[in-house]
Amino acid sequence: MKLRSLPSIAIAVAVIAGSSACSSTGPAVPSTRSTAALSGSITVFAAASLTGTFTVLATKFEAKHRGTTVELSFAGSADLVTQITNGAPADVFASADTKNMTKLTDANLVEGKPVNFATNVLEIAVPPGNPASIATFADLAKPGVRTVVCAPQVPCGSATIAVEQASGVSLAPVSEESAVTDVLGKVSSGEADAGLVYVTDIKAAGSKVTGITFPESSAAVNTYPIATLTGSANVALAKAFIDYVTGAIGQEEFAAAGFGKP
Amino acid sequence: MDIRRSSTIPRWVIVVAVVGAVFVLFPLVAMTTRVDWPNFLVLITSPSSVAALLLSLRTSLAATAACVVLGVPLALMLARTEFRGQRLVRALVLLPLVLPPVIGGIALLAAFGRRGLLGQTFDFFGVTIAFSTTAVVIAQTFVALPFLVLSLESSLRLAGTRYEAVAATLGARPTTVLRRITLPLIFPALLSGAVLSFARALGEFGATLTFAGSLQGVTRTLPLEIYLQRETDPDAAVALSLVLVLVAVLVVGLTLRTSTVPSLVRRGTS
Amino acid sequence: MSLAIQARVAERGFDVSLEVAEGETLAILGPNGAGKSTLLDIVAGLLRPDAGRGEWAGTPLFDIGGRHSLWLPPHRRGISLLAQEPLLFPHLSALDNVAFGPRSAGHSKDAARATARTWLAEVEAADLESSRPGTLSGGQAQRVAVARALAASPKLLLLDEPLSALDVTVASTLRRMLRRVLATRTAIVVTHEVLDALTFADRVVVMNGGAIIEQGPTREVLERPRHPFTAELAGLNLLTGTGSAAGLVTSGGLTIVGESVGAGVKAAAAVRPSAIAVHAVPPDADNVVRVTVSDLEPRGDSIRVRTESSAAGGSLHADVSPGRAAALDLAPGAELYFAFAASEVSIYPR
Repeated sequence: MKLRSLPSIAIAVAVIAGSSACSSTGPAVPSTRSTAALSGSITVFAAASLTGTFTVLATKFEAKHRGTTVELSFAGSADLVTQITNGAPADVFASADTKNMTKLTDANLVEGKPVNFATNVLEIAVPPGNPASIATFADLAKPGVRTVVCAPQVPCGSATIAVEQASGVSLAPVSEESAVTDVLGKVSSGEADAGLVYVTDIKAAGSKVTGITFPESSAAVNTYPIATLTGSANVALAKAFIDYVTGAIGQEEFAAAGFGKP
Repeated sequence: MDIRRSSTIPRWVIVVAVVGAVFVLFPLVAMTTRVDWPNFLVLITSPSSVAALLLSLRTSLAATAACVVLGVPLALMLARTEFRGQRLVRALVLLPLVLPPVIGGIALLAAFGRRGLLGQTFDFFGVTIAFSTTAVVIAQTFVALPFLVLSLESSLRLAGTRYEAVAATLGARPTTVLRRITLPLIFPALLSGAVLSFARALGEFGATLTFAGSLQGVTRTLPLEIYLQRETDPDAAVALSLVLVLVAVLVVGLTLRTSTVPSLVRRGTS
Repeated sequence: MSLAIQARVAERGFDVSLEVAEGETLAILGPNGAGKSTLLDIVAGLLRPDAGRGEWAGTPLFDIGGRHSLWLPPHRRGISLLAQEPLLFPHLSALDNVAFGPRSAGHSKDAARATARTWLAEVEAADLESSRPGTLSGGQAQRVAVARALAASPKLLLLDEPLSALDVTVASTLRRMLRRVLATRTAIVVTHEVLDALTFADRVVVMNGGAIIEQGPTREVLERPRHPFTAELAGLNLLTGTGSAAGLVTSGGLTIVGESVGAGVKAAAAVRPSAIAVHAVPPDADNVVRVTVSDLEPRGDSIRVRTESSAAGGSLHADVSPGRAAALDLAPGAELYFAFAASEVSIYPR
């Protein structure tokens, strides 16, 4: 997919890409008016929780717009913000929360306004078989139940606190992890009886953990914004990718992964 | 810089050596430029920081003690006995040295975790290791033990067995030989090995994160606290990093001092 | 016999059977690699032979290869080892080094130190008691090492070339001291110095290639060597052959005139190098041997002339003064005549 050499090849590819785009059908067609003009590559910095969906979407996007390359870099949103403010060459930033995106808009590093493209809520993760018989959010506070949560400093942790405050249930976790994967690790290994992570995390973990939804989760809905960055050298491609992510195909992919609508 | 140089060492070696030294030191010095000095004291004396530092010191000391208790016999067995598969045992014991700590954490879970091979046994005796300070000490001991064993074994081999043989012919039982001859002879190596283990335990992150969890005052050691603070309060993370660097410098300095003490292993003849 | 050892170490080609009487000092002579240190290590319990038995006054030390294997560890043998290097424990004072044995035997610190002081005085090193080993000279350290070995009150004392690391003057003082302390003890001294054997030992054993090649009372072995190696150690020329009416006939057909031990008996003749006169032309003497110079070697105020003689069936050497050497224009390859009187030859059965 990486063709950065002779301009003639790039032109040829662009022509082929254009013709293939013309022949393709589907609901995404209206959002790709500028298809024939798209070329080159962009780098997308995305929150780690978007790893699965963004990898699929980037591949589909590249297939649709032949001759374009989407480089993906996944990490915690805060880490990515640090990298961007330190001058990392990114064209698009997709954050797992609005707070980290705000850091970039405040620093005037965002082109235009960020667009919200997905939401995520907490869910209870239990080991297969649910050994501690967890059914409700209040069960997590029962004595003897070992609950693992995210530390307040990270997004899933602040969401946990919001849910606790809204529901009046106060948890006594045995561990406050700094990453979702660490919470899931403790639950899937059976060290913990339950963990609080996002719906999408539980979906992605497959059969290693079982998810239990709870109504109190609506107290903390996490919104994912995406934006083009000011330093981008290929604003057209960046905008096209954002359109694709926020468009019908993107939304279909997010729904399948457990994300909610913005 | 005035460097006295043996004439057999080419000049370019010194040039590269200086580059190497700068390579190690420069990032650490650079870090100090990022420290929010006016708020430094406030940052490092927050309750969570103090709790993490105290926990780190406490667990690292305990891990060092465990390393000495387990490591001295291990080093003795490797240096003073011969048995089939000894090379393999040595390689395995030193494995934590080269393993990514996360893998160490996963292995410890498999052994001592609630659903690990020994977890049931511990549960039976009412001991739960998961999410306890004990788990932190276990993780630290696991990664730090090779440092002590390595340091002791080479020192034991260097010291040789001749003093021990003489002591035995003078009527000293093996335990007496160990206590009055072997251990005093390798004491400097024991000390520096213990200090190295302490330093490694202090810096332990991956295995602790995976195996012990992260809870203030219980399992959240200084490296875990730094990692977490980075999310929201990078200033605090940098300040705490500097504290850890200072502790490490102190520890390494201590080792250097002990190794410049006139060597006890010097020959009896003059 | 008080100590009886019989041991085999296949890897080193070592196979020795040895006895030492109570109160006797035995010297073991031999070149490097002869197996002398191996023998001491086996007796001390530091090396396990492949097979063999050892006992002290009827009490077994080890029994390997039999039905019931037995191995007494070194600390239960009561056998002290004094090595070439003093090996004083570097972290203990001279006094505590010497007190180590008594301490290990269960004596109190004070009692052990009192014993140690007695032994330091015995080896004339009382003034060194608070010194650290690192500050002692080689001779001082070896003195303290002797005291340390004796303070453990061993039944048997093993000395492995105790003087070879010391310079000549220091060695001679220490040799006198050792002669005194070994006089009444059972001991085995490994050495490559004939002087040590003469000074300490009642009996010598000569080892080569992991085996005992010769043994007997010190004087007898050194004056009437049966083996070329022993002769070399004793500084004698050795000619071997068969007894005849005139004295001895070598395998090369050369007749050595001397006292007869009877015709047909396997016999050896010993001649001191200094008793041999060297000539460029055949002189008139009881014994004249034609030789070819193989090597010249300065030895203090004389020159040792090493030669080969096919008639004598081996090598012969003689000592000449530098002046005489110059007059004879000696050089390797030169043909000479060795002459010696019948009265200078010692002929004995082999």
